[in-house]
Amino acid sequence: MGCVRGLLIACVVGLGMILSAGAAHAQTYESALAGFTTDSFADTDAAVGAVAASGSPLALQVIDTLQAGRLMFNAEAKKVYLREASGAILDAATGQAASGVSADSLKPVRVNNRVRRAIEAAVGSLTLLSPDPGKRLEAARAVFKSRETSALKTLNAAIDKETDSRVKQALIEARAAAIISSPDASPSEKIDAIAVIRDRGDQDARGLLASIPDSANEEVKKSAASAISSIDTNLAMWSMVQNAWYGLSLGSVLLLAAIGLAITFGVMGVINMAHGEMVMLGAYTTFTVQELIRTYNPALFDYSLLFAVPLAFIVAGLVGIVIERGVIRFLYGRPLETLLATWGISLIIQQAIRTIYGANNREVGAPSWMSGAFELGGITITYNRLWIICFTLAVFVALLGVLRLTRLGLEMRAVTQNRTMAASMGIRTARIDALTFGLGSGIAGIAGVALSQIDNVSPNLGQGYIIDSFMVVVFGGVGNLWGTLVGAFTLGIANKFLEPYAGAVLGKIAILVLIILFIQKRPRGLFALKGRAVEA
Amino acid sequence: MTGPLLRILDRGASVFLLLVVAAAVAVPALHLLMPESSPWHVPLYLVALWGKYVCYAILALSIDLIWGYCGILSLGHGAFFALGGYAMGMYLMRQIGTRGVYGNPILPDFMVFLNWKELPWFWYGFDMFWFAMLMVIVVPGVLALVFGWFAFRSRVTGVYLSIITQALTFALLLGFFRNNFGFGGNNGLTDFKDILGFNVQAAGTRATLFALSCIALALCFVICRAVISSKFGKVIVAIRDAESRTRFLGYRVENYKLFVFVLSACMAGIAGALYVPQVGIINPSEFAPANSIEAVIWVAVGGRGTLTGAAIGALVVNYAKTFFTSGVLAPYWLFMLGALFVLVTLLLPKGIVGTWRGMVTSRRERQQAVAEAHAAVEVKPAE
Repeated sequence: MGCVRGLLIACVVGLGMILSAGAAHAQTYESALAGFTTDSFADTDAAVGAVAASGSPLALQVIDTLQAGRLMFNAEAKKVYLREASGAILDAATGQAASGVSADSLKPVRVNNRVRRAIEAAVGSLTLLSPDPGKRLEAARAVFKSRETSALKTLNAAIDKETDSRVKQALIEARAAAIISSPDASPSEKIDAIAVIRDRGDQDARGLLASIPDSANEEVKKSAASAISSIDTNLAMWSMVQNAWYGLSLGSVLLLAAIGLAITFGVMGVINMAHGEMVMLGAYTTFTVQELIRTYNPALFDYSLLFAVPLAFIVAGLVGIVIERGVIRFLYGRPLETLLATWGISLIIQQAIRTIYGANNREVGAPSWMSGAFELGGITITYNRLWIICFTLAVFVALLGVLRLTRLGLEMRAVTQNRTMAASMGIRTARIDALTFGLGSGIAGIAGVALSQIDNVSPNLGQGYIIDSFMVVVFGGVGNLWGTLVGAFTLGIANKFLEPYAGAVLGKIAILVLIILFIQKRPRGLFALKGRAVEA
Repeated sequence: MTGPLLRILDRGASVFLLLVVAAAVAVPALHLLMPESSPWHVPLYLVALWGKYVCYAILALSIDLIWGYCGILSLGHGAFFALGGYAMGMYLMRQIGTRGVYGNPILPDFMVFLNWKELPWFWYGFDMFWFAMLMVIVVPGVLALVFGWFAFRSRVTGVYLSIITQALTFALLLGFFRNNFGFGGNNGLTDFKDILGFNVQAAGTRATLFALSCIALALCFVICRAVISSKFGKVIVAIRDAESRTRFLGYRVENYKLFVFVLSACMAGIAGALYVPQVGIINPSEFAPANSIEAVIWVAVGGRGTLTGAAIGALVVNYAKTFFTSGVLAPYWLFMLGALFVLVTLLLPKGIVGTWRGMVTSRRERQQAVAEAHAAVEVKPAE
């Protein structure tokens, strides 16, 4: 019995202690709230900090409401209220619905930029302990930006508890940022913090280190300076990598656009000015496929590109065969006339598309597996660019395979090398011409599917690529697919490395001049055909 | 004196020249002297429109000179045309003086707008008419000289040259679109007030500009005829037909080509300079590759290698363009233009004038053959 009583007493005492601790919390929290009722920015600023430090479970809600501009107060009653988005009014002290309070008697708590900064810091430190790791990460990044020294204590607690390594790293960096900005931290602490920031190594880290005032300790300044220079080297390296990546990306786009041209121009010697329009047809095929899927079976949307690729190949390829049979075959041996006639065809196709689909840009959606990005070291890599590079290489390999391993490829090469001899061996050269042209056009159509993901789909889509594609083929050397590959990536990367110095337009002009100069040295491109084929 | 002149001007050429000179006199006269109520009166807008066509005809002539006679298909001749136009436009801009929106006596409006403090060096001298006129010829000429020297020396021929000339005009298009290039960016140069003290809008100025354009067309035509009917012209044609063979015969093919190319670029520049005051604006869209290719089709329609054909083609196609793009048929104009490209190359490779000449020649040959046959028949009994 006694033991039961003892237990009971212990319980009561324990309860009382908990209650009194709760009361103490409530006390600081409520007195902190009073700061919102004076309608002064300085008091509001202080109140934000005090509410955040009070540890009340309502603190985050109050500060969020303040940020949304819905925290109200009544100056006479010294009471603070939360107005919910629905219009309901809650008592800030208890979190319960406040009865008998009309919204007319309340004024919203005003904020200025200083208060907003305090709010951000407070939200940051409050969410540092949130159970959701995503929120913690966000909060750590917010503190890193705000460099709020008052968050130090929370940060230390959060770091001790943290299990997620990514969040922990972010928290440590946030603590380092706070220490560097804190006037109270000792120089040795600051130097350790600088080391952490140096390892982070991005533009924000550099900005943070550069913000260390001149009045700081000599040692601290020295280590900050060396950290900045190490970050600069690091950043320069990453910007090189970034340029190379952009260059690869541009190169793959150029390759995709030029690879079909390498077949029609390089292998057949036909100048097809309507090549860009084949690309455009591919893009519009994608658009149409997506529209149909949206209308009839939205669940398949993620697979839309898989349907679009073969369809675009067929559409553009068929149009190509019609052009070859209808016009180009009458013009073999007259390249300049071919050029003019195909330009006329490109005008007709453009105008036809404009009549059917309208002149405006059409929206082509990205499937979920192509949207988004990931970080690799100091650069961001978007999935669509990555996919396009992979896709381009796949198309290249497939085309190489067709030329090398299939009967069609064999016959194509035979006709290119010696038309009359091929004809005497029983190859139907006219049919091969049509199929080759269809193949080149079809690949342009496939390129259109990929380009619809990164470019505006408009009737003028193709025109922007035609000159660049010709440059690639001329630069790489006619009649050689490897030349086209090397040419495309060289031009793409050169373009992106020139851009930061010369600007996009001057970069383009510089590339053009370089190509003209290059042709002086090697008139037939990088990978020139040798022997009799040259003069044919 | 009459010997060389006769050689230069055969019957067709003389007829063409007479027509151009007649137009140079008649159109301004009909505009200025006839009362507006008269059915013979030529309204002001038509004078400006026809003046534009005549400038296009000069451009077509310059393209025909290199394409028709030397086999160089330039898809960037619009660049030389536009450069000549910009040179003239810069002169006209400087003539605005304090009458601009901002009233700055030195700086054109767009520079004031861009907050520039002083005139860029390449604008110096354009307040003087003679200097601007010199630049109209020199700037396109020098560009053609440098470009052609590189291109012809490395034996860039045929379609390769076509593509590179297209890239050239495309690069210039991109450049002139930029504000900091110093040529008014996207808007180009416009709002011209007067030329040599005469109001560009005035009827008299318009009529004079039209007459000048016709005279320039006639002069360019005579120069082209003089070039191609000379021994030099024979070499040019030889290069067109068999470049390697001409080279092996000992001719410096590059130099011949370069001369014709530069001459042609200068003519295109003059055409552009006459075009700008009549149209009242010059902007970067003149550099668009599509414009240059369109100019080539004028020549193809009229007949390459005929000179008169080039001018006629420019007039016919542009008249059709004005006619169709102003009516309900406007959406179909590009279909028609595209079909024109295809049909002319497939069915009418010699163009209007070329086909006509072919018909005339073959009829004459047939008559001759008939006459000879008659003669033979007549001779026989005597035997």
